[in-house]
Amino acid sequence: MKLFKSLLAATAVAAVCIAGPAQAENKRIALVVKALGIGFFEAAAKGAEEAAKELGDVEIIYTGPTDTTAEGQIEVINALIAQKVDAIAISANDQDALVPALKKAMQRGITVVSWDSGVAPEGRQLHLNPSSNPLIGNMIIKLAADHLPDGGDVAVLSASATATNQNIWIEEMNKVKGNYPGINVVATVYGDDLADKSYREAQGLMQTYPDLKAIIAPTSVGIVAAAQAVSDAEKAGKVNVTGLGLPSEMAGHVDSGASKSFAIWNPIDLGYSATMLAYNLAAGNAEAKPGADIPMGRMGALTLDDKNEGAMADPFVYDSSNIDDFKDIF
Amino acid sequence: MIQSFFKTREVILGVAILVLLIAIASRFPAFVAPRNLANVFNDTAPLVILALGQMAVILTRCIDLSVAANLALTGMIVAMLNTIMPGLPIPFILVIAIALGALMGLANGLLVWKLEIPPIVVTLGTMTVYRGIIFLISNGAWINAHEMSPSFKAFPREVILGLPVLSWIAIFVVIGFIVLISRTPLGRAFYAVGGNPHAAVYTGINVGQTQCAAFVLSGALAGLTGYLWVARYAVAYVDIAGGFELEVVAACVIGGISIAGGIGSVGGALLGALFLGIVKNALPVINISPFWQLAISGSAIIIAVAFNATSNRTKGRVILKKAEHAQ
Repeated sequence: MKLFKSLLAATAVAAVCIAGPAQAENKRIALVVKALGIGFFEAAAKGAEEAAKELGDVEIIYTGPTDTTAEGQIEVINALIAQKVDAIAISANDQDALVPALKKAMQRGITVVSWDSGVAPEGRQLHLNPSSNPLIGNMIIKLAADHLPDGGDVAVLSASATATNQNIWIEEMNKVKGNYPGINVVATVYGDDLADKSYREAQGLMQTYPDLKAIIAPTSVGIVAAAQAVSDAEKAGKVNVTGLGLPSEMAGHVDSGASKSFAIWNPIDLGYSATMLAYNLAAGNAEAKPGADIPMGRMGALTLDDKNEGAMADPFVYDSSNIDDFKDIF
Repeated sequence: MIQSFFKTREVILGVAILVLLIAIASRFPAFVAPRNLANVFNDTAPLVILALGQMAVILTRCIDLSVAANLALTGMIVAMLNTIMPGLPIPFILVIAIALGALMGLANGLLVWKLEIPPIVVTLGTMTVYRGIIFLISNGAWINAHEMSPSFKAFPREVILGLPVLSWIAIFVVIGFIVLISRTPLGRAFYAVGGNPHAAVYTGINVGQTQCAAFVLSGALAGLTGYLWVARYAVAYVDIAGGFELEVVAACVIGGISIAGGIGSVGGALLGALFLGIVKNALPVINISPFWQLAISGSAIIIAVAFNATSNRTKGRVILKKAEHAQ
């Protein structure tokens, strides 16, 4: 009886070994998101499918928990380990909580990369940032300058005075503003990411600086409120509201002319790049180590820093020509 | 007579507002242009409406901390309704908003009346519950400008006789309140219940019921403001008007409405709200660091409360002495 059992087990193992190589021809890459049903991640999955089509021998498993919890993602990761996928590309709900599960995956030979929202360095081989602070700082002033060929006064409407992200971006913006001659940053005000306060601050800017040509708001609440304030003051076309915002939230204000263009990372490019990176690591085309350049198809190559992190690209610019394609996505 | 006139709260506050306007004008003259003052009033209109509702509640020795959450939830519901049925006429939306707000106020009122839970606990609880419900029904998603129908957004902006509808609504609410407070049994009952609940019972006033009525009134006004707010800023999400309940209470306190109940006037609440509104609108244009802005708003509140405390204290002592002599 005992013999029979071990024979059975041996046969099963043999069957797996035979089946294994046959499956390995198609690389199976799991795109794990914070939660299913979020437009941003659905768009990222589209990008992953695009990459899969381009590569040919890739099967995408788009998965994630139903709510944005680390526990849910750990269950998903364990299921993926059991399925013996080739790579996991994850946008993490918790930087540290996922590390043990992902370590286990790496010990089983699964390639692990994080994108969008990162995992601590010991839990992944590399992390793909959508953009970098210098790129964002440069982009927000470039957006304003692009529509001001003759220069002019611009002002910044930020979140709170202590918001880390916004302060870094504004600092980076100030470093490069010399590259945009004629663009004069006259003030920085704070709307505290409250719609009503941001609206009031935008009104205040227009009153204090009658010649104001643009308001740069690197915050999604601020940019919407400022655009509404500009429309209500009937200054659409005279004062251009730009910065960082989401297409679904800004669509109406691009239509009204209050905002000519704004930027945010493109989730499709992000899903595409994450898939490309996971594929190249899993296939052994590249190794994730500081200083390495890892190709990611049409998005160029990702250069890793000493923490094995890299920035994908400039934030993607949305304007009247492409907003309708994106407004229903995220 | 003249001396006592100058001592009334409304006159002192009126003078303070004038001084404030002169000080702002010295740094930024365009602020006091009639057009801009109309804008400031329009911007302050939601605060005026909510402060009056809050005044009724505070008069009855209660407090309503759920007004901002009520506003946000009603705003989200009417905005979602508008995306589903863009053709729904505005009067219907107004009725729905007021009814929803009143219903949420009723929930507060019944808990205070029937279960006799302290109002601060009740409304602190419902505040969180209402915010939570917004998240549940919206899944955390925003309702954006392009999803709302043009007529839905246009209503509070429609200009009639030089002022937007939003301002007119605030003016009508003020007039309604003057009548309610001074000319109706309910208005007088608010004072009676807050001034001396035990005496109020002997005059045949149901204390709990009156407090409940005040909560319904405050809720209805919060609901109305919910629609106006969402339409004005053309966006609805979980956190709109976050922390606004404290501004509303502050407006009442600055306006001389006693937190201990029974003391206060419509004029006081109106001027208190206008004072805060002017400060909020002026700070961005006179170029003061955002950190100072917070400190200035806070100091104004503390000065007002300190002023209240001293003026109310002397009054109480005199009455007690008289009572002693009578014995």
